[in-house]
Amino acid sequence: MSLPLEAAEALLRFAEAQGWEQRARLLMQMGDTLEPLSEAEKVEANRVHGCESVVWLVTEPRAKHWHFKAGSEARLLRGLLALLLVRVQGLTHEELAQVDLRAWFTELGLERQLSPSRSNGLHAVLQRMSQATA
Amino acid sequence: MFQPSPWRDDFPAIAALHRQQQTYLDSAATSQKPQALLDALAHYYGHGAANVHRAQHVPGALATQAFENCRAKLAAWLNAGSAEQIVFTHGATSALNLLAYGLEHGFEAGDEIAVSALEHHANLLPWQQLARRRGLRLVILPIDEQGQLDLDAAMQLIGPRTRLLAVSQLSNVLGTWQPLGPLLAHARAQGALSVVDGAQGVVHARPDLQQLGCDFYVMSSHKLYGPDGVGVLYGRSQALAHVRHWQFGGEMVHLAEYQQASFRPAPLGLEAGTPPIAGVIGLGATLDYLASLDAKAVASHEARLHALLLGGLQERQGIRVLGAPQTALVSFVVEGVHNADIAHVLTEQGIAVRAGHHCAMPLLQHLGLDGAIRVSLGLYNDSDDLQRFFDALDQGLELLR
Repeated sequence: MSLPLEAAEALLRFAEAQGWEQRARLLMQMGDTLEPLSEAEKVEANRVHGCESVVWLVTEPRAKHWHFKAGSEARLLRGLLALLLVRVQGLTHEELAQVDLRAWFTELGLERQLSPSRSNGLHAVLQRMSQATA
Repeated sequence: MFQPSPWRDDFPAIAALHRQQQTYLDSAATSQKPQALLDALAHYYGHGAANVHRAQHVPGALATQAFENCRAKLAAWLNAGSAEQIVFTHGATSALNLLAYGLEHGFEAGDEIAVSALEHHANLLPWQQLARRRGLRLVILPIDEQGQLDLDAAMQLIGPRTRLLAVSQLSNVLGTWQPLGPLLAHARAQGALSVVDGAQGVVHARPDLQQLGCDFYVMSSHKLYGPDGVGVLYGRSQALAHVRHWQFGGEMVHLAEYQQASFRPAPLGLEAGTPPIAGVIGLGATLDYLASLDAKAVASHEARLHALLLGGLQERQGIRVLGAPQTALVSFVVEGVHNADIAHVLTEQGIAVRAGHHCAMPLLQHLGLDGAIRVSLGLYNDSDDLQRFFDALDQGLELLR
């Protein structure tokens, strides 16, 4: 399965990044590309629990796929959420079911961010996404 | 000026962490362990494990002897009087839950339990849930700006309806010692039982329980450079007699029939199932190690490091320190920067500190925060550890701002 265009571009940029500072800068830039959430979307029903930071995940059904929106108050986490969304946005249900997100973050050199420890929200976001789209 | 720790080499994990480019500043969560503890565990498992208080055979007798020696060591360490007043549990949380269930029979609807506003969840939720089970009122004792319990308010709030007071000795978020002397005396005068959560306090000043004058004192082994899986409950003999058996099975039983049973008194009666034998023996070895140190030298080392940590944070722009920490740890937030982002950039640079609510969500809410960064110290830390933390913080903040 080929990568969505934006995902392929992100992968290139992260592959070229040297050191943690450059990766952090890239994450912050990615975070700025997230589609903003309305106040009405920042509600309990969309809140992802199991993160110490506040994280929202909005899952909207479209004709043949899900449309995702995500947000957080933490900037670097917003970047991780953006990297997640570029990988899954617009995929059909069948394609989404096939995606190995752990492998995706590993390719980006960010596998450590998937730790199930509570301090990082990404693990909980992935669980929430797979529940919401199951 | 470099401030070395003369005890750093006694903790092999510090060098191992250093080789992994990790600077450990999260000792309030759990501590690294001295070589003496590693040796004791290897000796116990390498020379014959056995269950305690059961078998007549030689390994069983030796294990029981070693286990009971540790009970006596703890009683001496805490100046608790008799070793019969020391109960081993599976952790501090487990000790506090034991109390909340074991004392439940003494409460009637409308009675009050007082806890401070800064309690760790472990010393809040067992009482909160007890209050909900029994229709009790949970009274929250307020704290002041410095992070000290407001004594005047507490004196008003603790009255004849108060059946129990549960309070921390040293805050795990604010690093403040609480004014236990007058508080405990007042609670006693009102006829309330008192529970002191010493999980943090026991690490930074050796307690004198006979002088402190509480009914119950709880501590955890793993924060005091001992193994995890072991907690300690001290109960004054008369107070311990109020605690009903909570968990059943193992050597807490006196006689058992199919339809009824009788149970031993404390301490064994409150130690259901196989206790954490190796852990208790390991904790004994840690106490021997700690007893061999110059306590004054340790205290002044920790005080100097704490002053460096606090001073370094205070001199930086835009940093707000929570409360007025006195020892062991400092929690802080940075204006306009999310604590999760600070945690991220510190982690990237190999600095192990804690971010988040520190198992004290109501306290963080009270302070109007959704999280904070906590830097906490052990006796093995040195000023280079702090320098690495400050360098990483400066570099991280430059990036984030």
